[in-house]
Amino acid sequence: MNETTASALPLAAVLVPVGAALLASLTTGRWPNLRDAWATLAGIAMVVIAVLMLTDTLDGRIHRTVLLELSPGIDVALRADPAGMIFGLLVSVLWVLAGVYAVGYMRGEHEQKQTRFFAAFALSIAAAAGVALAENLLTFVLFYELLSLFTYPLVTHRETETALVAGRKYLAYTLSGGLMLIGATAWLHVLGVDATFTAGGFLGGVELDSATQWGLFVLLAGGVGVKAGVMPLHSWLPSAMVAPTPVSALLHAVAVVKAGVFGMVRVGVFVFGAALLDDMGAWLVLAVMSAGTLLIASILALRHDNLKRRLAYSTISHLSYIVLGVALIGPLALTGALLHIVGHGVTKITLFFVAGAIHVRTHKENVSELDGIGRQMPITMGSFALASLSMVGIPPFILFTSKLYLGWGAVEVGQQAFLMVYLVSGLIASGYLFPIVIRAFLRSSPDHTRYGEADVRMVAPIAVTAVLALVWGIAPDLPLGFFELASTVADAAFPQSVALAGGTS
Amino acid sequence: MEQQLPVFIVGAPLLFSVIVPILGRKWRLSAFVIAVGTVAVSAVASALSLERVLRDGTFRYYLGGWEPPVGIEWVIDEVSAVVSLVVTSVSLLVVISTRRWAEREAGDRPGIFYGLVLLLLAGLTGIVITGDLFNLFVFLEIASLAAYGLVFIGGRRAMLAGFRYLIIGSIGGAFYLLGVGFIYFATGTLNMIEARQLLEEAESVRAVQVGAVFIFTGLGLKMALVPMHLWLPDAYEHAPSSVNSLIAPVMTKVAAYAMLRMFLSVFPAGYLSGTVPIADALLILGLVGIVFGSVAAAGQTDIRRMLAYSSISQLAFIAVGIGLGTPLALAAALLHVVNHAAMKATLFLATASVRFRVGLQRTHNLAGLGPRMPLTMGAFAVGSVAMVGIPPTAGFFSKWYMVQAGVAEGQWVVVAVVLLSSLLTAVYLFKVLEQVYLRPAKPEPSAHHNDEHDSPADSAVQPAEQEAMRPVVERAREAPLDVWLPIVLLGAATVVLGVLNVVIMEHVLLPGVEVS
Amino acid sequence: MIDEVAARFPYWATAVLIVVGLYGMIGKRSLVKQVIGLSIFQSAIILFFVSGSLLEGATLPILYSVHGVAEHVDPDDYVNPLPHVLMLTAIVVGVAITGVALSFLVSIYREFGTLDEREMLDEMRK
Repeated sequence: MNETTASALPLAAVLVPVGAALLASLTTGRWPNLRDAWATLAGIAMVVIAVLMLTDTLDGRIHRTVLLELSPGIDVALRADPAGMIFGLLVSVLWVLAGVYAVGYMRGEHEQKQTRFFAAFALSIAAAAGVALAENLLTFVLFYELLSLFTYPLVTHRETETALVAGRKYLAYTLSGGLMLIGATAWLHVLGVDATFTAGGFLGGVELDSATQWGLFVLLAGGVGVKAGVMPLHSWLPSAMVAPTPVSALLHAVAVVKAGVFGMVRVGVFVFGAALLDDMGAWLVLAVMSAGTLLIASILALRHDNLKRRLAYSTISHLSYIVLGVALIGPLALTGALLHIVGHGVTKITLFFVAGAIHVRTHKENVSELDGIGRQMPITMGSFALASLSMVGIPPFILFTSKLYLGWGAVEVGQQAFLMVYLVSGLIASGYLFPIVIRAFLRSSPDHTRYGEADVRMVAPIAVTAVLALVWGIAPDLPLGFFELASTVADAAFPQSVALAGGTS
Repeated sequence: MEQQLPVFIVGAPLLFSVIVPILGRKWRLSAFVIAVGTVAVSAVASALSLERVLRDGTFRYYLGGWEPPVGIEWVIDEVSAVVSLVVTSVSLLVVISTRRWAEREAGDRPGIFYGLVLLLLAGLTGIVITGDLFNLFVFLEIASLAAYGLVFIGGRRAMLAGFRYLIIGSIGGAFYLLGVGFIYFATGTLNMIEARQLLEEAESVRAVQVGAVFIFTGLGLKMALVPMHLWLPDAYEHAPSSVNSLIAPVMTKVAAYAMLRMFLSVFPAGYLSGTVPIADALLILGLVGIVFGSVAAAGQTDIRRMLAYSSISQLAFIAVGIGLGTPLALAAALLHVVNHAAMKATLFLATASVRFRVGLQRTHNLAGLGPRMPLTMGAFAVGSVAMVGIPPTAGFFSKWYMVQAGVAEGQWVVVAVVLLSSLLTAVYLFKVLEQVYLRPAKPEPSAHHNDEHDSPADSAVQPAEQEAMRPVVERAREAPLDVWLPIVLLGAATVVLGVLNVVIMEHVLLPGVEVS
Repeated sequence: MIDEVAARFPYWATAVLIVVGLYGMIGKRSLVKQVIGLSIFQSAIILFFVSGSLLEGATLPILYSVHGVAEHVDPDDYVNPLPHVLMLTAIVVGVAITGVALSFLVSIYREFGTLDEREMLDEMRK
């Protein structure tokens, strides 16, 4: 049913941001408007490329680019399979918005070295696109490592002592994760396994002893688990919040951490596969760890007054929603997990955008200072309220849909305990988000300064993402076919069971 | 003509190492021009040899037409051709790049300086292509003598470092010779290929065992294998910048190559593992050295000393590959010889260029240099990333193959240490990158300290500049074209070598390792 | 024990000389004595090679031909010439190293006014 066609489009999707980075470096300083326009233009180009591939992917024609042989017998190859397309589409759409937002933010904050910022930002997007479209494990590792490298200058962008310390921590964690993946990839290569991602798991049919299976599992899951923020590997994420907000928004709520959970999908579904995870019992380890992370991170989010930190813990918690969805090894849970990648991306980016907009306008960072801000920045805080509703899982927002499937998936495989975990965590989420909304709208401002809305380049992306969270909740297929992609992946991963979702078509 | 290629590789530098000092006395510029020309000839001859090996397979050259076992033979196979090419081409770039300050550092005697450089190169290429155990000793000592001289000319501190280097290096050479003596008396031959066949049967002979241990010790000293590394940091730190940029990438690498050659061509695989396990010793010392070198490097404040310890760590990595001894591990070790030559040349040259421009070499004084010397520091950054081993740079692939070799042998400690070494390398190199790119330039560092290294009065900076009150770094400008271009080329090479590693591995190193 | 030593006398002599040489190079503060140690060390190895080629009752490795063609050449009648030749080269190498070392000493003495390692280190710290 699936055929691959040789095509340059997957490569183009990776090269467009690289080109934007080069152009941004060349048009540095003298023409800041031109420099900043490249990111948005490249983002639009990337969306166009993604959409071009999308229709073919949905029809079962997979675009594929083979670049060069990176190691004897292993090519660097990119292909636009359904799972990769979900992540790739999400990143490119949100990059357009974040690109616009970043211009407003960086100018508003008078940040230094903006050229380096935009170049590194674009390169990180390129690496994330590579992660999404990687066809085999080595290609995945290649882009995964580059993603760590290119985001380092963004984390340390402020060049303060805190930023440098956070940067060191960031590198230490992400490089360690990469090394685990390298070790596992080399191991697989020595075992003679063709590490091309295959729905249902390429390890499924390979005879391995139990120690090897577990060793590989620990290395692979640990390697992607670092970026996915699974406790106890999460502590780089709150520290990395010293970065400028567009970075926190796009990279540490979408690109980088989603590369981690997307890697978890790859490892769980495309490397090991449901049958093997079930045989090994590895799913339980993963499920318990992610369930623990999910709850603990939600509770920790409650006690952080700094808005960005609170959002960071919320991110850790929601990443584990996805990991848990993968660990539950059922078609519904997997569909939910993939939708959650999209939903959490678009919702969390809204929240971070708002945090940045507030900071630019008022230089306030803490929740306790936000009394009455809603009446002064109605669009911004209104979007925040919408996104909060989505985050908690109120219908008809997208995160309601994804949580519905996740919970449904837990029931499907007979793990009602994890359904409870999802529900409790949703309640806690309302505990750390709604008070902010209430403060912003219902309390009166303590000081008499009147702040207006932020720059239109910031407000517009905020409103768009908030609306997207709603639109995709009502119709997840509109217009990018996320739901169809997700159910295609789930169907391929669990061919024997008829997914209840069955696709909307 | 083609048959005579080896003569050009080794003979040209050897011949001109005598001529250059004579001409250089009278015409200063001629020394540099002739030296560059000679190194280029040697590099071209190496490239042609490599091309021929790939076409027709290994070829031998009988010195003076005397065939072994009577005569000395030189063997050009895939491995020796590629290492010779790397040594000569890296040297070529380094010699061009360091011209501007080499002569000043060499006490204004360019003839002597370039004569020694050529002598060094003659020795190194000779070590690489010889197929005779005693001939290897002679070339080893030629190269070492030139290196002692080059280190020694670096000024007061370099004198003692150079003298110690001479003493320890001579002990290494003498031990090697002693080992060769034992092997000779046990087998009656000095030819590597013949010795290998005869050694197969002589595994239980005591003299062979003792000889192997002496050879191991001698070459271990030369390649600065922990705990025989003590001479290296001083020698590298105090040598003139133009010299350490040259000897750091190639000198110890060639010693490591000689060690590898012993295990590749002289001792059969798994030799002596029952009686004196020298391969295991290499493996264990290598693992210790990787960790020790990196940790020590992280503690250094002088960037040259830091890079010296880094070299110890990287050489230990090569030792691990030799110790594992499988074809893949040996190929990985050789790939690292190639990669590390390019990476270390980039780092040392960039450091030398900074020293030349602003007279600074303490890591904490380099703050703010990134934007002011974008090309030099950009190459430094790329070289650092390659050292850490981020794909698709060169450094990644040596690790990648080494990890595979470790997994295949079930040596999990090797796998863990090799992976960990990436992280340890990141610790000390990102410390520098952090300074260079992420910290603002500091005010004048030399106001109250009496450290002779970093004072702007250092020979590399004009005295007039000393009076300026602005931070030293603020005055920094990009190095001239002939300095930065080789650095950038080498930096680019660390990426190109990585991307094209399959070509090197499949066509050159793996066949080369398996044939021998 | 004594028999053992006597039977392998050249080995033991070499070993003793090597130890003496190493002691000179590593244990002595005076740079001149270190160079002397180096020379002793090299000499030990030369002696080792030469003694290794020794053969009881053998003669110079020159073929005496009776009627133009050598008859009945028995290798046991001749001393192995190769180690001697090798040692000629090794002696040259050794002389070169010693020469370089001595020229270093001259420069060091001019610079520091001493050849004592510890005094040099003190001098450098100033």
